[in-house]
Amino acid sequence: MRRLGLTLFTAATLLGSLAAAEAADRFITVQSTTSTQNSGLFEAILPTFTAKTGIEVRVVAVGTGQAIKNAANGDGDVLFVHAKAAEQKFVAEGGGVERFDVMYNDFVIVGPTTDPAQVAGGKDAIAALRAIAAAGAAFASRGDDSGTDKKEKSLWKAAGIDQAKASGGWYRETGSGMGATLNTAVGMDAYALTDRATWIAFKNRGDHAIVVEGDPTLFNQYGVILVSPTRHPHVKAADGQAFVDWLLSDEGQAAINAYQIDGQQLFYANAGT
Amino acid sequence: MQDFGAAFGEAFRLVASLDPDLVEIVGLSLRVSVSAVLAAALIGLPLGAALAVARFPGRGVAMVALNSLMGLPPVVVGLLIYLALSRAGPLGPLGLLYTPWAMILAQMVLVVPIIAAVTRQTVEDLKDEYEEQLRVLGVGTAGMVATLLWDARFSLLTALLAGFGRAIAEVGAVIIVGGNIDHVTRVMTTAIALETSKGDLALALGLGLILLALAIGVNAAVMTLRRTAGHAAYG
Repeated sequence: MRRLGLTLFTAATLLGSLAAAEAADRFITVQSTTSTQNSGLFEAILPTFTAKTGIEVRVVAVGTGQAIKNAANGDGDVLFVHAKAAEQKFVAEGGGVERFDVMYNDFVIVGPTTDPAQVAGGKDAIAALRAIAAAGAAFASRGDDSGTDKKEKSLWKAAGIDQAKASGGWYRETGSGMGATLNTAVGMDAYALTDRATWIAFKNRGDHAIVVEGDPTLFNQYGVILVSPTRHPHVKAADGQAFVDWLLSDEGQAAINAYQIDGQQLFYANAGT
Repeated sequence: MQDFGAAFGEAFRLVASLDPDLVEIVGLSLRVSVSAVLAAALIGLPLGAALAVARFPGRGVAMVALNSLMGLPPVVVGLLIYLALSRAGPLGPLGLLYTPWAMILAQMVLVVPIIAAVTRQTVEDLKDEYEEQLRVLGVGTAGMVATLLWDARFSLLTALLAGFGRAIAEVGAVIIVGGNIDHVTRVMTTAIALETSKGDLALALGLGLILLALAIGVNAAVMTLRRTAGHAAYG
């Protein structure tokens, strides 16, 4: 019996230590996207905010579709994603208080250096997608209703191509995050649409490079929204608002602009423009 | 594939420098999985033993169900626990989502069937040997459950280890209910998933090697304990 007592004591101690870790001070939960996390942006800018306000920011990084869904369930205080139409819908339906532009970067099309569809060096994303479809060259899609996925689908639509018909053929929907999709694209010599920040921070590039960039249609806007405290009374409205305000402030905007990898700026602050 | 060599290098660098983030992640992995296994044992051991000893209609169905539940996909368990703990779910007001508690709960659900099923088999084998003796001694069902569990205690360590293996290795459930939040709910498996998605395959594989070493360490420790305690008990 003594051993049983010891086991129970150990269990109690373990659980107790967890409880202690739990009792951490002030924090907010931010539902955000894989691109902001994978690019390292949060690790770079959040310590400044926490040091200034004493508010810890806990980031859950999932696809934009899932992030909005989680926020709609009340599982977060702030939503920080990149799919403007879906964000406006979220606010209109009462899920969030108000949407603000925070920053932007752009999407790029990456592909193998062998370039089977001959699109390298282009500036026209729509033309490139048409060439990829015409050549039947492999294209790896997120296929996960994320912000990037929504963008990609809108580009195919603009190109007048029903890419879904080729699903399983040259059009391959991975149903996973940006990084996983890039790993797949590199593995199968496929083209892919990615946000520039994730690509710059991505380490397993293999023989892949950016083939199309600089098209105005590839603009990628990020927005921030406080989850509605009216709908979800447990939302930490004051601390969440403090984070939103900081992101939009001169200091927050400067922190975003200052974040670089290998001398390249990843995001461009554009609040209030 | 220079990634393999680089992975060993990364693993060695992280361990040798006692990287504080690594220590934190390993600590949380162990705390969550050990807690989940202990909690699951409190349910699974008596449940499995009771199934082995008791005779009731539908016992066969219960056994098939239990054995099948060993194959529960972690991502499904994660989703169910998410729906239950979400603010919009029935247990939402507890505010447990995205905490280690949610991760323990999810892993416990995954581990209970494994412990219960292995316990059921182990105790049933033992029962076939001792049942008559115990009946002659006038031991009731509850007493038999307790006696057989105690007698099988060293064999049942295997059930706990199987459960621990499942818990420490799964990623599908904890990444949904924990959220992989840095310094709060990031464990070994979710860190590996994150580094993979960043394309840092060497670091991801290095973390995998450390996880493997951890599992070997825990198993070796339990085996040693079992041998020493076994000698003490049986001479």
